[in-house]
Amino acid sequence: MITVNGVKTDKSINLLLLDYLMEQKYNIDRIAVEINGSIISKKNYGQTIINDGDIIEIVSFVGGG
Amino acid sequence: MNILLNGKRISVSLTTLQKLKNSLYKDSKNIVTIINGYQTDDDISIKENDEIVLIEKGKLPPYEQLEAMMCARHTPKVHNKVKKARVAVAGLGGLGSNIAVSLARTGVGTLHLIDFDTVEPSNLNRQQYKISHLGMYKTDALKREINEINPFINVITHCVKIDESNILSLFKEDDYICEAFDNPDCKAQLVNTVLENYPHKKIVASSGMAGYESGNTILTRKITDNFYICGDGKTSAEIGRGLMAPRVAICANHQANMILRLILDINET
Repeated sequence: MITVNGVKTDKSINLLLLDYLMEQKYNIDRIAVEINGSIISKKNYGQTIINDGDIIEIVSFVGGG
Repeated sequence: MNILLNGKRISVSLTTLQKLKNSLYKDSKNIVTIINGYQTDDDISIKENDEIVLIEKGKLPPYEQLEAMMCARHTPKVHNKVKKARVAVAGLGGLGSNIAVSLARTGVGTLHLIDFDTVEPSNLNRQQYKISHLGMYKTDALKREINEINPFINVITHCVKIDESNILSLFKEDDYICEAFDNPDCKAQLVNTVLENYPHKKIVASSGMAGYESGNTILTRKITDNFYICGDGKTSAEIGRGLMAPRVAICANHQANMILRLILDINET
């Protein structure tokens, strides 16, 4: 069980963050990802493993300002 | 009894606002009275350390009293803190120009304004510029505008396009950063680069404020102690949906208010 943007999700653990983001169709260039209170560097998305109990915030940026 | 009158510490023996006004002015009806941030016509007892500002209507005050008069409606003790703060505004469009003006009115001591662009007619529907600014660099136009609003603000400008190569040097001295770009890739790049490299700086970003949907959907969300995001999170500018002054200004002022709260050591939204 992981929590993404406040919603509990039954996801298999040991999933790569990058794979999860691709699967959920996030645009990698337009997001910021925080796991358990820490910002994940973009270059580490491919090495970061999602663990059971992780609380993940994925902030999406849309155009306009 | 010691009080602060028009920014100056003085000793008085008078015990009420009316007695104080009568001692200083012929016609006290023409005086705007503000005590500890609250404007009133009532006759109130004066207490030790009260902050009192008396403004003679229609008269330009001496320059040394102007700053105290301008911040008279602030909550007491706020001005000293905001005056010491330095805030960067990255992008001076609909969000950034409104954020900068609000923070200038709030009395934030140093504003670091960054944009590469010039003022165009299509900016005037939501940005803090005027016809007289057309063609000027936004950094120059906004600096001039802020100087008219609050000449006590130290405005530092950089007329440069912000990208990966200059983010770290540009924001080195800024404790607080407002992300106020239009382009979503640039928004993400600035936020990620700042948070990865400057773990102690606070950044307030934005996402989703186009169109004219309900203003009540624009919120401030806290992601971490150093990262806040304002907007509805989804309403992008796109073909058929423009950027309008009200919602953009609502979002900009969510950002400005969060910056003010952070300066005052409040970390909750």
